[in-house]
Amino acid sequence: MKDIADIKIPPIRNGTVIDHIENGQALNVLKILGVNENNIDSSISIGMHVPTNKDGKKWKDIVKLEDMELDETTVSKIALIAPEATISIIRDYYIAEKFAVKLGEKVVGLVRCSNPNCITNKGEPVLPQFFVENRNPPRLRCVYCDRTLLNISDNLI
Amino acid sequence: MDFYDKDLVSIRDLTKDQIEYILDLSKKMVPYARGEKVKRALDGKILGNLFFEPSTRTKLSFESAAYRLGCDVIDVSEMSMTSIAKGETLADTIRMVDAYCDVIVLRHPFEGAARLAADVSENPVINAGDGAGSHPTQMLLDLFTMKEAKGSLEGLNVTMVGDLKYGRTVHTLAQALANFGVKLTLVAPESLQMPHDIVDRLKRNGCVPKKTSVLEDVIGDADVLYVTRIQKERFPDPAEYQKVAGTYRIDNAMLRNAKDDMMVMHPLPRVNEIATEVDSTPHAKYFQQAFNGVPVRMAILCAILGGDI
Repeated sequence: MKDIADIKIPPIRNGTVIDHIENGQALNVLKILGVNENNIDSSISIGMHVPTNKDGKKWKDIVKLEDMELDETTVSKIALIAPEATISIIRDYYIAEKFAVKLGEKVVGLVRCSNPNCITNKGEPVLPQFFVENRNPPRLRCVYCDRTLLNISDNLI
Repeated sequence: MDFYDKDLVSIRDLTKDQIEYILDLSKKMVPYARGEKVKRALDGKILGNLFFEPSTRTKLSFESAAYRLGCDVIDVSEMSMTSIAKGETLADTIRMVDAYCDVIVLRHPFEGAARLAADVSENPVINAGDGAGSHPTQMLLDLFTMKEAKGSLEGLNVTMVGDLKYGRTVHTLAQALANFGVKLTLVAPESLQMPHDIVDRLKRNGCVPKKTSVLEDVIGDADVLYVTRIQKERFPDPAEYQKVAGTYRIDNAMLRNAKDDMMVMHPLPRVNEIATEVDSTPHAKYFQQAFNGVPVRMAILCAILGGDI
């Protein structure tokens, strides 16, 4: 049976569907994708506060990207704010590939440390790095200053 | 115990067994630290002592520890005297100093500086305090002081009072104490309480600290009273400092309800948190604590540089 989200949001012929995004995070996913009205030629559909019953949840967000596929860095960033998201690659209306996002052991260069006094925020030639202490909800600890990162979505690079 | 050529950057670099190894080795170092015995176990080695923030005890005790073991010291005490003042990155400074010595000791105002230094340095790096972050050698000498006075760390009731928010010493020490099954009590105004992420880590290690702002309510239960200075230099807003400065003062009247063998510790310098009248009581252990910096840092240098005592 069709998911109600698929009925409300038109299917795409080719592209990517990012489903099971944490309720309220769809706009942050768009921020990660870096898309705006001036730099994209295909359509994007967004469903927010869409009913779901997966894992006992009531609501989710969903984003459909026509004619776009995501690189590994982008998928890793999405995992930081939507750890339960699934990515489906659509080709000619069919799901050609489907996988769940997953954070690795470490996050490197995707997000900056929220501690302004951390050495990674002081102009040194170093990429911010974090240990993944918990995947869902994501909890990251700075490799350098040892602080737990606050507000992941506000600190995405 | 394999410490040779290892960095000592944070409490996370140490297991409980490694901590106990350093404490045991520190005990062996005491007569050498006092000059009663002499052994140049690190003859021919050079320590690079980089202090980009003010320090008296840590810097001097590292120097003393090195000289007692026959290790030479080169040092920098002010950022204004280095190429950092000309815009050189810390990473480049460390690479340069790394070429001149066998071990680097770093005190720096920014959190994570020692980890960065360890990343770029071929030789081992010892963190001597990075901003409000870690101060692992102070933690080890604090544990050594407690263990020497009490015989064991297991089950002690340790009460920390003062600036628990910005004080790097208490952040590191609290996490180390959680390994030894201590009962921890945190005494501070709400605005200076221990950061939530540290408290969460303590809880994950099975230590649920008791929090209060009233020292009088808990002093009678303490085996160790660990006092810290409310540090003006760590406050972003001077008005916030004025609100809490002088909140706690330990004097003989305050100690009236303490256990007879309760020990008072302080990483020093003190300003007015501990009245000088306390110095002559059996409670005062802070000068012994300052001395212990030498044998503990001797043990750390020996373990990392492979000296034989």
